[in-house]
Amino acid sequence: MTSRGGRDVAIELAGVTKRFVSPSGASFTALRDLDMRVVEGEFCAVVGPSGCGKSTTLALISGLEPPSLGTVRVYGELVTGVTPRVGYVFQRDAVFPWKNVIDNVAIGPRFHGLAGHDANGLARTWIQRVGLAGFEHYYPHQLSGGMRKRLALAQTLINEPRILLMDEPFSALDVQTRALMENELLDLWGASGASVVFVTHDLEEAIALADRVVVITAGPGTVKSTYKVDLPRPRNVAEIRFQPRFVQLYEEIWNDLKDEVLVSYERSKQRVAS
Amino acid sequence: MSVRSNASPREPVTHVTAPAFATDGIADAFDYDSARKRARDRRRLLVIFLRVALAVIIVSVWEAGTRIGCYGNDTATCVIDKFFFGQPSGIWDQLVRWVQNGTAQGPLWEQITVTLEETILGFAIGVVLGVIFGVALGRNRLLSDVAGPYIKAMNAMPRVVLGSIFTIALGLEMPSKVALAVVLVFFVVFFNAFQGVREVDRDLLANARILGANAGQLNRHVILPSALSWITASLHTSFGFALVGAIVGEYPGARKGVGLMIATAQGTFNANGVYAAMLILAILAIVAETGVTRLENRLIRWRPNAITDVTI
Repeated sequence: MTSRGGRDVAIELAGVTKRFVSPSGASFTALRDLDMRVVEGEFCAVVGPSGCGKSTTLALISGLEPPSLGTVRVYGELVTGVTPRVGYVFQRDAVFPWKNVIDNVAIGPRFHGLAGHDANGLARTWIQRVGLAGFEHYYPHQLSGGMRKRLALAQTLINEPRILLMDEPFSALDVQTRALMENELLDLWGASGASVVFVTHDLEEAIALADRVVVITAGPGTVKSTYKVDLPRPRNVAEIRFQPRFVQLYEEIWNDLKDEVLVSYERSKQRVAS
Repeated sequence: MSVRSNASPREPVTHVTAPAFATDGIADAFDYDSARKRARDRRRLLVIFLRVALAVIIVSVWEAGTRIGCYGNDTATCVIDKFFFGQPSGIWDQLVRWVQNGTAQGPLWEQITVTLEETILGFAIGVVLGVIFGVALGRNRLLSDVAGPYIKAMNAMPRVVLGSIFTIALGLEMPSKVALAVVLVFFVVFFNAFQGVREVDRDLLANARILGANAGQLNRHVILPSALSWITASLHTSFGFALVGAIVGEYPGARKGVGLMIATAQGTFNANGVYAAMLILAILAIVAETGVTRLENRLIRWRPNAITDVTI
């Protein structure tokens, strides 16, 4: 399962720079000359200090934002609009508060023109798969944080994305729920075969989940280094942390990441002082 | 929905039951619930009692004021001069006379129906126009930049003055009153719809686009439902404005309506008549308010209870 040589390149960012211009005319460079590749079926975690542009990479891959320079390709196709067959799980809840569970899950197929009855049937199987059976007619505000995340996963996965983008999806959950959700994510991913780009600031989470960890520098972000995570699958994220190889990888990557975190911290202190 | 149903759905929990204590537990819970219900009933009765007491006190003081300290028939010497400020018993007599003998312009019921018709028509047209323009300008940056200053200027004007223009242009019949109500309602709804569209969560928009929504689906499934809570909030205020529009529209000239009744009462120095008509309007407004609240609850069932519960 860990050997993924010879597979198609699913995502390729080449020489990507992204600048944002505020309404007042000030420009801010989020990413600078970033190169990154994700092969088909790979689980790639992106770590870096806060504000380094991790989330921006996801916006570029999904096609929500165009790059200022460089190219973004998905399965060889240049990304111009919203990338087809991409899934995006947001950091905050992005499920629709005015739709109940089943309508939230069925909305993707409905957008793609599937009739209501068929979409609902498909939605029911996904609700079952993420463990929300019995809650079909609840509204999001009636669910716990963990359940809303399951809902977001079902809503995204029902479209059978080839590429799954996740932006710190579990950062708001308590530790136990988080470990549970991480394991479930690995199961769902194993069944789907999608390529995943998982952005997080939590190095432990990154190593526990991913095949490869990409370290991004303090902003403007660019790839600092890449680490292959050669831990066997299937994994249990709650227990894998005790393996000697995990600790070894953690130390290695943390040494790399630490410098960037310090740079970012110093800068934020200066911003506060000035 | 009760507080409990909001809190209950959680991650699956394993229930541990202890049979030996089960009956005790149920008995306790029952007692606790009924005690809480009794306390709530007591409080509700207290509130109703105090409300009635407040009305009784105000009306009694008013009535007494018009009867105390008077010399002969000179009302100006009383503590409260009923010639200017009316008298509760006189207001009641006026209402009874209107119901029994009709008003100067015909049966009372007809006046109320006419005003209500103008109000509802003005309200409906104003809301539809306000939502259409609000959503259009909220979605289109260029349009809102171009039209923005004009709309702000029009909003700043005292639009009630337009009532005179509408009477000249549209005549003494219903259209001129409806037009004034529309103008008053439009701006309230427009600004709320506009703001509602602007406040749509960016993540929700991004999520819908990723899930495959086209422009029409984005409007239908994300932008309108999101703006709806803003729009419905404006309906409470705007129904009041519609009523103001209809009444004020009847002032400069009309053949029927509660506004005309007020104008007539004013012309004959009949303070009680003005108050009696106001009382009728207040009842209409309260009935309409209940209707709007019911509509709101239907439209935004998905909202957490805490927000919709803010009522007086």
